Amino acid sequence: MTDPAIQIEGLRFAWKGGAPVLDVPSFTLARGERLFLRGASGSGKSTLLGVIAGVLQAEAGRVRVLGEDLTALSGAARDRMRADHLGVIFQMFNLVPYLSVIGNVTLPLKFSARRRQAVAGPPEDEARRLLGRLGLTDASLLERRVSDLSVGQQQRVAAARAVIGGPEIVIADEPTSALDSDARDRFITLLSEETARTGAALLFVSHDASLASLFDRAVDMAEINRQGASA
Amino acid sequence: MTAILSLAWKSLMNRKGSVILTLVAVALSVGLFLGVEKARTGAREGFGSTISGTDLIVGAPTGSVNLLLYSVFRMGNATAEISWPTYQQIAARPDVDWAVPISLGDSHRGFRVMGTQAAYFDHYKHGRGQALELAKGERFDDLFDAVIGADVARDLGYDIGSPLVLSHGLGAANLDGGHGNRPFRVTGILAPTGTPVDRTVHVSLEAITAIHVGWETGAKNPLADTIDEQMIRSFDLTPKSVTAIFLGLERKGTILTTRRAINTNKGEPLMAIIPGEALAELWTVTALAERALMAVSVFVIAVGLVSILTSILTSLNERRREMSILRAVGARPGHIFSLLVLEAGLVGFLGAVAGIALIHAILLFAGPVVAARYGVSLAGTGPGLTDLYTLLAVTSAALLIGMAPAWAAFRRSLADGLSVKV
Repeated sequence: MTDPAIQIEGLRFAWKGGAPVLDVPSFTLARGERLFLRGASGSGKSTLLGVIAGVLQAEAGRVRVLGEDLTALSGAARDRMRADHLGVIFQMFNLVPYLSVIGNVTLPLKFSARRRQAVAGPPEDEARRLLGRLGLTDASLLERRVSDLSVGQQQRVAAARAVIGGPEIVIADEPTSALDSDARDRFITLLSEETARTGAALLFVSHDASLASLFDRAVDMAEINRQGASA
Repeated sequence: MTAILSLAWKSLMNRKGSVILTLVAVALSVGLFLGVEKARTGAREGFGSTISGTDLIVGAPTGSVNLLLYSVFRMGNATAEISWPTYQQIAARPDVDWAVPISLGDSHRGFRVMGTQAAYFDHYKHGRGQALELAKGERFDDLFDAVIGADVARDLGYDIGSPLVLSHGLGAANLDGGHGNRPFRVTGILAPTGTPVDRTVHVSLEAITAIHVGWETGAKNPLADTIDEQMIRSFDLTPKSVTAIFLGLERKGTILTTRRAINTNKGEPLMAIIPGEALAELWTVTALAERALMAVSVFVIAVGLVSILTSILTSLNERRREMSILRAVGARPGHIFSLLVLEAGLVGFLGAVAGIALIHAILLFAGPVVAARYGVSLAGTGPGLTDLYTLLAVTSAALLIGMAPAWAAFRRSLADGLSVKV
């Protein structure tokens, strides 16, 4: 039987010297699943993503990513796991401003030999191919700095960066919070198509409950985190 | 590492304004340091190459540095003279190969005048044993002939045949009427040597005696001008005294015994010095000032390096989001640490390269002026080992200094998580 993409059991997390933020008895994201995780501001969504990405370390419990228990791994091994298997999209896309479009998309390949090897041919060609699929084909535009791009174009760059090298899990942290509803729906469709094409599981986090219908399954943070709004 | 280096470079390019200011600070500090160092080594090399092939310099008892300074570098004055019979006695010593007496005390428009013998041009060597060469004309032959150094000719616009009048004493002004009644004629111009020879007017010892006829009391006799040139030429112009004597020995191995013998001369008290030893003594005198100057230059470099630290530290907070993006796409804390250390190293390296380029550009244009005015040769040295060591030291120090903000970014990158609230 294949391990789930993410499996959490008895997770507890608190910032140093602070009150507990997460108390998650159980949470699962199947491989290839598109899950919508909604929650109010301060409900611990971003902290949960930090724990899943291995940047933050749980106080207790188990966090299995693709069968590997992150709580048993060293910091370096968690970093390697994130680099090799996770694609991340942030609120406002958070692209590196001083890199070109191509430079941003190929950035994850600089930190992961596995994802670099998964790309057939030069990374720049793969970035162009992905961006082309996302509708960005203007060669001169691809060499420009991302800060020169429109919000819609930045969305697509962020999506291409998250899926390059075929990570098994794509995490999106409120990536549509600054978009109008049309742009938001288009972006989610685009992201769903890309993850479906690569077979990646998608964990989409937002406070906007109206997006739930666009995903395979929706979960509320209040349901999985017993600390809930107190976080 | 190449990927991180490339990121560091692009990140610096993204902050061109502040980075250029920091580069300028580092470049100026490195330029100042190297400028001081080159002036120091240039001065030392210039002094060191002024005299060679002379085994001993003999003068009246004084400090060895003073004797060296006035006899070779034309700085300061002799405390007393050596009588002519004593000179003859020393020149006749069996261990002495050659002896060249010199007589100082007069000047010409700010340039020192030195009375000597024609043998001076054969025995006086500079640099690595290079002999004096005439660029034009010939050595003095007639009583009122003068051979001038290259700087004298250039600065005063003199050529062969130009007349010149000596002044009594060292002032540029013609005190007591000077020696205007005994004009000289330029017969030879020496090729440049980069030594005080370039700034010296050479005449014969007899000429020095001749121009002082009528000055026996130390001041000009009112009747001095009534003694015409013809009459002077008929006088015995053998000097009564000389200022110093340059000696070459038959065998170098006797240098210490010869020196001791001269220093314990039973008749007239004398002092003999070995030029190299006196130079070494001179360096011990100047070493303190040199060290102080170098310390100031090093502190200036330290200030330049601190500007790198300040520049990176102040940018850290606004770059937290950038760091968290890098972490999210797979950068490990070590990558973040390396990124900031490399940024500091790049700024240090580029600043040092700019500083080295700056000082060499300045030397290229200002070097000839400094050499002409102060006799310190700075130009034409080109980038050397000192520049390389400075480049390595500044880059290493910048990498080391970069560890402070790198450590701060490293710690923050662990604490901030994936999304930074700034």
